[in-house]
Amino acid sequence: MYKEPEILSNYALGSNSGVSLGEGDFQINFGPQHPATHGVLHLVITLNGETIKKVEPHLGYIHRSIEKMCESLTYRQFIYVTSRMDYLSAHINNHACALAVEKGLQVEVPARAQVIRVLMDELTRIASHELWWGAMAMDLGAFTPFFHAFRERESINDIMEETCGARLTMNYMVPGGVMHDIHPNFQKRVKDFLQLYKRKIHEYDELVTGNIIFQNRMKGIGYLSAEDAVSYGCSGPAARGSGVSSDIRKIYPYEIYDKLEFDEVLETAGDSFARYMVRIKEMHQSIRIIEQLIDNIPEGDFQAKTKNVLKLPKGDFYTRVETARGELGVYIVSEGGTTPYRIKFRSPGFSNLSVLDHMARGSKIGDLVAMMGTLDLVIPDIDR
Amino acid sequence: MFITRYIKEVWGAVKSLTTGMKRTLYYFTHHKEIITEQYPDNRDTLVLPDRFKGEVVMPHNESNEHRCTGCTACELACPNGTIKVITRFDITPEGKKKKAIDKLVYHLELCTMCGLCIEACPSDAIKMAQTFEHSVFDRNKLTKVLNNPDSKIMEGVE
Repeated sequence: MYKEPEILSNYALGSNSGVSLGEGDFQINFGPQHPATHGVLHLVITLNGETIKKVEPHLGYIHRSIEKMCESLTYRQFIYVTSRMDYLSAHINNHACALAVEKGLQVEVPARAQVIRVLMDELTRIASHELWWGAMAMDLGAFTPFFHAFRERESINDIMEETCGARLTMNYMVPGGVMHDIHPNFQKRVKDFLQLYKRKIHEYDELVTGNIIFQNRMKGIGYLSAEDAVSYGCSGPAARGSGVSSDIRKIYPYEIYDKLEFDEVLETAGDSFARYMVRIKEMHQSIRIIEQLIDNIPEGDFQAKTKNVLKLPKGDFYTRVETARGELGVYIVSEGGTTPYRIKFRSPGFSNLSVLDHMARGSKIGDLVAMMGTLDLVIPDIDR
Repeated sequence: MFITRYIKEVWGAVKSLTTGMKRTLYYFTHHKEIITEQYPDNRDTLVLPDRFKGEVVMPHNESNEHRCTGCTACELACPNGTIKVITRFDITPEGKKKKAIDKLVYHLELCTMCGLCIEACPSDAIKMAQTFEHSVFDRNKLTKVLNNPDSKIMEGVE
């Protein structure tokens, strides 16, 4: 008689979730080539009619073993790979790695480099949230916002292209500072962008936020309580939408964030609309940070003097930063050599995805896209 | 009551629809606000910023001389094994052996344009070019030799 292998029965429906495939239930595959999953995310959904009984994410389609790759790269080289994890906040990923290496080397980063790093981080955050805004509206069926979002994002990309030399995977952060000084046009271009942004931001509210169809599809959908957000390890806007204070920039300030004036955006409703509003308001806070810094970039070096070959002392180093999606942790174990012994990334997307099953049970399949949209999943960040 | 709520919802939907359509109409009549670039047609006027990281090139001067000493700093800095420096020993007029590059092989297909080689180069021998149209039909064409044939090292570069 055929005996099911143990590994399969562990993953079978009902074995660990209390959901069994009853009469009238069926399973569908959402992805890996579905346009609304933004990449190669594969969800196996158990449905009863239109009601979701279980959502099971299958990962691994874009696994590139970045953590293992980093073990064979030097401390200067491994930073560029992390741009490929969460490609929409590539700067912030590089920043986290640079901070971890600097922690090991005990290097003091010059004040100018710190300000440039924070400026770039916040520009990246706006660019990332803008892409999220357009893509999420497109998931829900609105096509125009996508182009409106890309218009503002394009001017950020132009700034990045001019100063860092690339539009998406910049590799601008190096241990001890930034790779080049800012471009002479940088301040003027950023001010132009701020003007453009203020002139156009009302369109966002007109087109999407105030739209009644959009509100009906978002309000009360995908409720996540504060307790569940904590127990699933959610971070970033997904947690702050439920009222969990989780902004690393406020709780564990790095670089110059403790000297800046900005608010941690908190919404208490816990539904999709709350998470949407957190991101919209976060863009305003990022604008506030940029306005404080853009005229006050201190003079000095943009890079601290470091040795040609970097060697971290024996031990382990952990740093965390707030990316556009949540908390990114970088854990380096060093044996004293030129390459890390082990690197672990705690990526925000993985934890935020894990809450989807809990969130979606009992709701309709059409709302699943809205929930995924507000979780802001970037699939290479989940798989690494 | 159900009827009033129903009418309210319909009215709200019509209102938000017209708000959206107003934006569309605005851009329909304001052509100058549209920033679309007609890419393949504007190729002649397209200017990329001078820091743009397109591909690695080695500049030569008029008398076919470059600045590369063959120190392999770029090869060591590259995370992907994109650059391979093949060196040879030249005999100088004084009779001494001197290291010089025979070929600097650059694999464009492996390059991620991170710019670490440019940072590592002590004599500014290589730089990033502002090209981006890299597609070819034969993948062997992506393996390039950066130094020109019969090129020499510039006087005074150590």
